[in-house]
Amino acid sequence: MTTQEALFNYCLRLADNHLILGHRLSELCSKGPVLEEDIACTNISLDLIGQANALLQYAASIENNGRNEDDLAFLRHERHFYNSLLSEQPNRDFAFTMVKQFLIDAFNYYLFDELKKSKDLTISALTTKGHKEITYHLRHSSTWIDRLGLGTDESNLRTQNAINELWRFTDDMFVMDEVDKMLITDGIATDLNIIKTKWQNTVNGAFEKANLKIPEKVWMQYGSKQGKHTEHLGFLLAEMQHLHRAYPGVKW
Amino acid sequence: MSDNQGILWEVFVQTKPGLPHKHCGSIHGHDKEMALQNARDLYTRRNEGTNIWIIPASEIVASSPEDTGSFFEPANDKVYRHPTFYKIADGITHM
Repeated sequence: MTTQEALFNYCLRLADNHLILGHRLSELCSKGPVLEEDIACTNISLDLIGQANALLQYAASIENNGRNEDDLAFLRHERHFYNSLLSEQPNRDFAFTMVKQFLIDAFNYYLFDELKKSKDLTISALTTKGHKEITYHLRHSSTWIDRLGLGTDESNLRTQNAINELWRFTDDMFVMDEVDKMLITDGIATDLNIIKTKWQNTVNGAFEKANLKIPEKVWMQYGSKQGKHTEHLGFLLAEMQHLHRAYPGVKW
Repeated sequence: MSDNQGILWEVFVQTKPGLPHKHCGSIHGHDKEMALQNARDLYTRRNEGTNIWIIPASEIVASSPEDTGSFFEPANDKVYRHPTFYKIADGITHM
């Protein structure tokens, strides 16, 4: 693998995490629990898709093979997406959505904070800009963890159920392979073990404060870095890519 | 759609440092932080603000329409109370 191939793949991972999570959140548009929360979720979705757009543009320029950001978003197949398994999970109830957001926001918060120091100037610039938005996303989802965990018996139960269901997908975010190793040596990527320690502290602290527990002895699921996904991604892509595939190159 | 959207908060946004906060609308929220975040998402997403105040609508004490006569009309015929005899210096934009 050349550095160029590794960097292309790395950018796709960053972009796909945001694109898929952003698309999931956009499914709540007009379906939020209250009007204000509907706007908040749609805003965050737009932030994520905007960041994904910039990262895919950069990925396309690295690949330098005639594909643009739209081709990468709308014409790749499921096995060529590298978003985390967690990001593609369906929204289900609001507690489920917020637990998913929180677990990923905390990951993104520390990852982007480290990537600001990347020796790749574009990654450094994009993550510096993105980190401000992610700081807000984390604030939004962590206050919901507090509220739901400490709210009623029902809200605590639903939030705990969501954690129990989603926990098996958390380790997948921290998997590293030769792409990471190659780029860490070059000072471009960051060691995900460092991110994991910080992430665990934040998540443990937030759950403890909100009277929520991390389940024990969970069988972890992996595969996203090889493009192996849960059954949910295919359906998501079918909806997300439909318009572009039916009307290639369509514009507003 | 839930009926329980939380209490009503009035939102005041400062558009530039040094300028007064201006009332721009209201939002629902169950607590201070939720109300502040909702206000941020609704009223400052197009670069409108540098600072936000939110105030529970129920905490605002307002004069009532019946008070208009006794509160405000006596000011009408006292022209000397208005600084209309001064010239505003060039370059003062927010008077």
